[in-house]
Amino acid sequence: MIDENNTIKITYREALKLALRDALQKDEKVFLMGEDVGRYGGAFAVSKGLLQEFGHERIMDVPLSETGFVGAGIGAALGGMHPIVEVMTVNFSLLAMDQIVNNAATLLHMSGGQLNVPVIIRMSCGTGKQLAAQHSHSWEPLFAHIPGLKVLSVGTHEDARGMLLMALQSADPVIIFEYTAMLNMEGEIPANAGIVNSTNATVRKEGKDISIITYGAGVYKALDAAKELIPLGIDAEVVDLRVLRPLDTETIFTSVRKTHRALLVEEAWGSVNVAAEVSACIMENIFYELDAPVQRLCGAEVPMPYPKHLEDASLPQKEDIVSMVKRMLQHDRV
Amino acid sequence: MIEFNMPSLGADMEAGTLREWLVKPGDKVKRGDIIAIVETQKGLIDIEVFEEGFINRLLIKEDEKVPVGTLMALIADGKEEAIKPALPILEKEAVKEKVIEKITPVTIPRTVKASPLARRIAVEKGIDLTTIKGTGEGGVITKEDVEKAIAPKELLPAEKKPTATENIRMAVAAAMSKSNREIPHYYLQTKIDMSHALAWLAEANKTRTIKQRLLPVVLLIKAVAKALTEVPELNGYWQNGFQQKSDINIGFAISLRTGGVMIPAIHNADKKTPDELMQALNDIIPRTRAMKLKSSELSESTITITSLGEGNVELVYGVIYPPQVALVGFGCIMEQPWTEHGMLDVRPAITVTLAADHRATDGTTGSRLLMAINNHLQKPDML
Repeated sequence: MIDENNTIKITYREALKLALRDALQKDEKVFLMGEDVGRYGGAFAVSKGLLQEFGHERIMDVPLSETGFVGAGIGAALGGMHPIVEVMTVNFSLLAMDQIVNNAATLLHMSGGQLNVPVIIRMSCGTGKQLAAQHSHSWEPLFAHIPGLKVLSVGTHEDARGMLLMALQSADPVIIFEYTAMLNMEGEIPANAGIVNSTNATVRKEGKDISIITYGAGVYKALDAAKELIPLGIDAEVVDLRVLRPLDTETIFTSVRKTHRALLVEEAWGSVNVAAEVSACIMENIFYELDAPVQRLCGAEVPMPYPKHLEDASLPQKEDIVSMVKRMLQHDRV
Repeated sequence: MIEFNMPSLGADMEAGTLREWLVKPGDKVKRGDIIAIVETQKGLIDIEVFEEGFINRLLIKEDEKVPVGTLMALIADGKEEAIKPALPILEKEAVKEKVIEKITPVTIPRTVKASPLARRIAVEKGIDLTTIKGTGEGGVITKEDVEKAIAPKELLPAEKKPTATENIRMAVAAAMSKSNREIPHYYLQTKIDMSHALAWLAEANKTRTIKQRLLPVVLLIKAVAKALTEVPELNGYWQNGFQQKSDINIGFAISLRTGGVMIPAIHNADKKTPDELMQALNDIIPRTRAMKLKSSELSESTITITSLGEGNVELVYGVIYPPQVALVGFGCIMEQPWTEHGMLDVRPAITVTLAADHRATDGTTGSRLLMAINNHLQKPDML
């Protein structure tokens, strides 16, 4: 439904599906493969209806073997196709790690530049659904660690609609993280939304007092927190990293040069995560712009608890962001 | 790579402010080229380079004040090095960025808790962080705290910049205090018959236009310079012992109209003819009074002459300009009773004094110089 601002209300899931459909329509080398993506319509119903539209050749159900079908996807990419491989959740990607790390990420290098691997690997990820320790992983830092991969994180509806399309322009492997907890969330995007640039980080809200730097599920939390800070007279800037590898440090530095303070928000465990890398980059490059130590709000270093209240407590929430910003700006003293 | 440092333009100079670079990276320079203008207490000085090569990097920003000896620029021997400056961007920024206000350099103790940005601003603006109370977490000094400290400072009327005259006064004060504190002076004096010299001058000036006419002081300078070739022990510096100089560069004391004295050098005065010396004086006196001297003129004199010229003062006991070891003073030429061969006569005479550093020489050396000066002034046609 198009409203007067020429925007449409759309769920995150719907936006992902529109992107998939666009991709399949535009390029016949593109096909989708994954567990239950066809007849069942996808474990999270992202590909529902696509089998009927595009047929078995292009919407391919695969056996329950992550090593097998991710490897098959890599092979198809080497063979000239442009596969989109759906790994049901990031939790199972550990089984496909060998294929991703040792084949997808290395072949261009090891073939002396002869073999590109244009495979897209989509994974549902994130927390907040009471799925406990084995099904609530935030493995973004793990993938962001690996040279040879491009790692994208879909933190907004607009990116859900357009990031995949841009990723398809890459000749090399791209990992895309989609967030399960956001699937049913409605958002407004321009009616004509489509491909988005996915090479850089972006400022989701401008501000002058502090830079809240985050990605994925952290983006909307940070935007909500920023809204809550306005009445307190705090003008926070929200930076969505979007690309976890290679990091767009220029956007980060430009923001921190303006605000002189940085708060990094990430659901993954703090030790050796993306926020740790961003923090190090800031220290190494723009230390003398800092008016306060860089702070991080990250996942508590425990296996994800099952009870709702403990799960919530183990993750950075809007309230945590607000109080940390207040502390950094010394608004909690008076 | 040749290093170009902030020169010392006198014993009293501790620091200089670079006002302008007259060269940019890649420029070819040769000995004697003026490459920078530096402001000292003695005004704006043209700074010469004494090496040949290509400017590689300019390391000091314009309007930056640095101590004597600070590396200011790198000069490459070959062109190739010069076109590949190590950090070309730095230089561009450096030239652009003009620091107008004078910054007192501050050092921030490590124990002061301040944010990196606050420290940076404090250093840039010369703010003493130890006097600021921090309002950041745990009492850390933040950018805001430093800016608050700057604000009232900037609102106050700018600290009165000392005038050129005051600067000169301070420079003279510093040099003369150092001299009196450190140099054990001894003094000699004698009277010289100037009748031959003046007669020669009158004759010489007959054939010269008014502009070219020689003044008596030219002969005095030349006589001292020639005397020094015979008594070189008084031509040089006392710096960890006596260092004799081979060039005879006469520092000629020039009083400024607004008060104060400057001592520009007349290089190789012993090798100049009286006409050349006159030209040199005609050039250097107005430039000194306009405070437009070159670095070599300010820093290279090896002995000083002070001449009272016209007036009624008979003699001057000078104060040596460190690190030199001697100063020759001339009173004014006066008609005086003069005895010679048992006869009394009236002659134009001048009293010459020598103030000399007793660490470097003794009275006998000094008296040899005065006698030599006298001898030369008796044979003006040989000068």
